[in-house]
Amino acid sequence: MKIIVCVKQVPDAKDVRLDPKTNTLSREGVQAIMNPYDRHALEEAVRLKELHGGTVTVVSMGPPQAEEMLREAVSCGADEAVLVSDRAFAGADTWATTYTLSQAIKKIDDFDLILCGKQAIDGDTAQVGPGLAERLDIPFVAYVRKINDCTANTIRAERLMDDGYDLLEVGLPALFTVVKEINEPRIPSLKGKMKAKKIDIAKMTAADIEADPEQLGLKGSTTQVVRVFSPELKGERAMLGGTSDEQVAQLYEKLSPLL
Amino acid sequence: MLQIDVEACIGCGVCESTCTFGAIKVEGGVAVVGDSCTLCGSCVDVCEVGALSIKREEKATQGNLEDWSGVWVYAECRHGRIAPVALELLGAGRKLAEKRGVALSAVLLGSKLNGMAEELIAYGADKVFVVDDPALASFTDDAYGNALSALAKKNKPEIILAGATAIGRSFIPRVATTLATGLTADCTNLAIRDEDGALLQTRPAFGGNIMATIVCPHTRPQISTVRPLVMKPLARDAGRKGEIIAANLDPNTLKPRVKVLESVVEDLDRVNLSEADIVVAGGRGLENEKGFAMIRELADVLGGAVAASRAAVDSGWIPYPHQVGQTGKTVAPKVYIACGISGAIQHLVGMQSADTIIAINRDADAPIFDVATYGIVGDVFEIVPKLIEKFKERKSA
Repeated sequence: MKIIVCVKQVPDAKDVRLDPKTNTLSREGVQAIMNPYDRHALEEAVRLKELHGGTVTVVSMGPPQAEEMLREAVSCGADEAVLVSDRAFAGADTWATTYTLSQAIKKIDDFDLILCGKQAIDGDTAQVGPGLAERLDIPFVAYVRKINDCTANTIRAERLMDDGYDLLEVGLPALFTVVKEINEPRIPSLKGKMKAKKIDIAKMTAADIEADPEQLGLKGSTTQVVRVFSPELKGERAMLGGTSDEQVAQLYEKLSPLL
Repeated sequence: MLQIDVEACIGCGVCESTCTFGAIKVEGGVAVVGDSCTLCGSCVDVCEVGALSIKREEKATQGNLEDWSGVWVYAECRHGRIAPVALELLGAGRKLAEKRGVALSAVLLGSKLNGMAEELIAYGADKVFVVDDPALASFTDDAYGNALSALAKKNKPEIILAGATAIGRSFIPRVATTLATGLTADCTNLAIRDEDGALLQTRPAFGGNIMATIVCPHTRPQISTVRPLVMKPLARDAGRKGEIIAANLDPNTLKPRVKVLESVVEDLDRVNLSEADIVVAGGRGLENEKGFAMIRELADVLGGAVAASRAAVDSGWIPYPHQVGQTGKTVAPKVYIACGISGAIQHLVGMQSADTIIAINRDADAPIFDVATYGIVGDVFEIVPKLIEKFKERKSA
């Protein structure tokens, strides 16, 4: 089974803040990490490979230093790694990103399954997985929480829904996005680390993937950010003071009419 | 391209320390940009002398945007029930349609949809497009995506809104890709820009730490998925008149490549949480599973549902379906009682639209108090049991 896993290098979202004075994004000291959901996609791919044989190829669109993250993916069990990197890709929204990734994947070879994390923690859009499936014209399943069964041509999987789950049967090739409930990602093995050190990361530029320059990066994007600001918090902050008995009595007064 | 005005640059290095990707460096007294630049714009924002700018080559506008008119709401229904978010979107869509002077339509996809189109009209739709077909009995991305795309291609709405639910966030990206247009995920505010009538779509990013307003300038339709429980539905008016249009689609468009073998409603408790009027939530301050039992007791006494912060869920005190926040549920109850929750922004985005928020926390500086209507600085283990007693007395009285 040939599996492709899409991974993204992201700023560690919990550290990104807006500076209240300048109203600008402060990323000072923020680490670039592998998107946490993508770790689960990678882990699932490696488990499928261990069960059924095959290869796992990780693909990332990003700046040159995303190579470091791809090496980490190899240390966690990926066989091959491809970095799709070009200045022309910068500023891409999900529309331009799915175009770029689809062009790259068409160059990579045949595949049976593509796995992605359900979303990236910087943009939180969850749009690249389904958009990419549409570009490649293959079936798509979001929020996969369990792969039950896998043959050469089909997979049975559970899709997490808002009110429960659906059990699905999908013909291959297909693209799934996975939720973190699907598995517990492993830590790199010593052997994996050795391999990661030595592996030759394949590089692809805009020319290599035969991309239409009009469809790339900021220029190829269909959406534009016009304003960035801090979330407004509008609590009244009426603090109830006194002893704990007094506090509870006041709260009881306030709450009773609302119940 | 990131452009650097070397005359203006003073080589202060603020941009260098701001760049997460290490793409900009001060060399020989001026900033120099490298290959790692992602055009995120954070350096442009921090540059105090205005030496940095991003030159944007505009995408060519696709066709005549004026050909696209009207606001559409995808009216999600599952297991024979209209999703509450569909009615919320009709409320939001009504305002947008009035501002634009256009009609508001709902799109209903499914099987055995009797009476639902009338319900959507009562909640504000002028028109309802209905595709009632056994092939749509279960949700599949293929059939739902193809159906909505085909309807939109034919009827050309300028705006399509859908709930940012599991279903909406799964198949709407496919629709946007098919229609070759932009999509903004999980919006919490929508407005029409006065100058040009563009849809201003505001959404949280970076786990809710920042908000971004996004437009889709060169293509139509403008598509948004919208977070449930943020918009307000209109009052139901059974006297409203509207048009129901049974749409005929090529049966081939409804053939899914994914087979739904089983559709299981698993967690009624979770459904209760998002629809409960009273929610009692606990966080790290409960210290252990036993502490959390107190939260359940208070919820029981008040007839409310139990929720938790991510910290409490990660500690294993309560399962994930109870988690409220960016990676959990969004709730908007009449009363939300946060006990021992510090109020990380990731939690606040999931509950701040509650009508009344009560925060009980030991730390007076906890950010939860910034969204609280009433706050108590105190020990949850002292306050909560006393509150339970008070309401027990009231119940028996």
